Amino acid sequence: MIEAVTEMLLLALVVVTALAFDFTNGFHDTGNAMATSIATRALKPKTAVALSAVLNLVGAFLSLAVAATIAKGIVDAQVITLPVVLAGLVGGIIWNLLTWLLGIPSSSSHALVGGMVGAVLAAVGTSGVLWTGVVSKVLVPALLAPLIAIAVAGLGTWCVAKLTRGVPQDLTNRGFRWGQIGSASLVSLAHGTNDAQKSMGIILLALIAGGAVPADAGVPLWVILSCAIAMALGTYLGGWRVIRTLGKGLVEIDTRQGMAAETSSAAVILLSSHFGFSLSTTHVATGSVLGSGVGMPGAKVRWSVAGRMFVAWALTLPAAGLVGALCHWIESAIGGTAGFLAVFGVLVISSAAIWVVSRRKPVDHTNVNEEWDEAKGADIEAVAATTGEAGGERIAPVPAVATASSVGPAIESVGTISGPGTDAAPKGDVR
Amino acid sequence: MSDFIEWGALGQVLVAGVLVGAGIPALFALGLRLLAGTTADAAPAADPGAAPEPGAATATPRPTPLRLAGAVLCLVVVVGAVATGLFVVVSGGH
Repeated sequence: MIEAVTEMLLLALVVVTALAFDFTNGFHDTGNAMATSIATRALKPKTAVALSAVLNLVGAFLSLAVAATIAKGIVDAQVITLPVVLAGLVGGIIWNLLTWLLGIPSSSSHALVGGMVGAVLAAVGTSGVLWTGVVSKVLVPALLAPLIAIAVAGLGTWCVAKLTRGVPQDLTNRGFRWGQIGSASLVSLAHGTNDAQKSMGIILLALIAGGAVPADAGVPLWVILSCAIAMALGTYLGGWRVIRTLGKGLVEIDTRQGMAAETSSAAVILLSSHFGFSLSTTHVATGSVLGSGVGMPGAKVRWSVAGRMFVAWALTLPAAGLVGALCHWIESAIGGTAGFLAVFGVLVISSAAIWVVSRRKPVDHTNVNEEWDEAKGADIEAVAATTGEAGGERIAPVPAVATASSVGPAIESVGTISGPGTDAAPKGDVR
Repeated sequence: MSDFIEWGALGQVLVAGVLVGAGIPALFALGLRLLAGTTADAAPAADPGAAPEPGAATATPRPTPLRLAGAVLCLVVVVGAVATGLFVVVSGGH
């Protein structure tokens, strides 16, 4: 009886964590669709995120065709247990929050895959990971996606610039604003359809692993509903830091570039999935914005900002993996339900810490469009340095004994706050 | 290396991506260019963006019917492409 209750508790924790990941996915990726529309003032910031949230919500209900697990083909499905799923999710969430803090658009899917791979490595070693899958489904697309998007958006922008030369600017502005809103909406919709299903797949996997539903069950309605709402809420809150980088940091963008970039994103994302060559939404969207700067005669691309982003992309898999692995070590070092709760505590505490740091230099809908100057860029780098240290401490390989002692305080605090802590975590993320 | 990269799929994505992803904005720009010099009341048929603010370019000459037809054709193709994209999303074919 007690075991059954414990099992239910673990399952509930995994579901809550998966929804939390879904939420971070939403607000981390708002910028992919809406950053350019906000930067060109085609839409007011609040209107843009509201539109994107609604379309993400709708998108989540549109299709369940690919409600399979994201880990399929990347880790051995046999070795996936509830603790592994939890550790992987925590790895993905923490990396998502760190990159959000730095305003870097990085792939949420890669963070999740990284976390899972790290957790599996810690759990069963290299035999549990399908390396060919990791290379062909994650690494190679990560390399190619921005290149394809830069090429497409660059060519599109160049054509548009040539064709609209001599046309009165108020006319092009009015026309391209609508084009931009339309294509950005398509990107939002595709994001809702693709990414909400990844979380649904993970929750379904956890439900099956926990024995709550039979192995051949479809996605229950409450899972679809909660995933769609979690992602829409995240989207509506808006990852303003990421939006700012995408819309203002990389390229000074006008409506023509914005329309070309968003159309390129929508086309490449939809076509790549159509041809079975899945590319990360984030990498494509970022590449498109860069391309719109490359293709526009006279436009300046801030390659230093782009370079910092590429570094973060390269780090996503190993860094999220390290967090995932560390979480799994903590779980197994403590063992049982206590280990599980400890990892959940680590998630709550680090999320809260990141949120507190983010309050020092808040970015929201009021200042998202402020001029980007190099001094500010340096400012953001300084923040990067401090959080990098904190992250380094957390993700450094720690011997099992040291882990146990360092987590001691965390367990104690979890023991007292675990009830309300469950509720407090999403709220902490919210603001 | 060929195990890791599906060259066929990559090629398809690249070609189709360039055709659609760059072609649509180009068509849209062409449509606007053909419309340019028109009064705004010629636009609403295909370009809702021009509708709310009539009389913005009254001084310039109206486009010939040929230009107008070309512009409408361009914008209809663009709208058609967006509708196709929607259809692809809804039918889950991606």
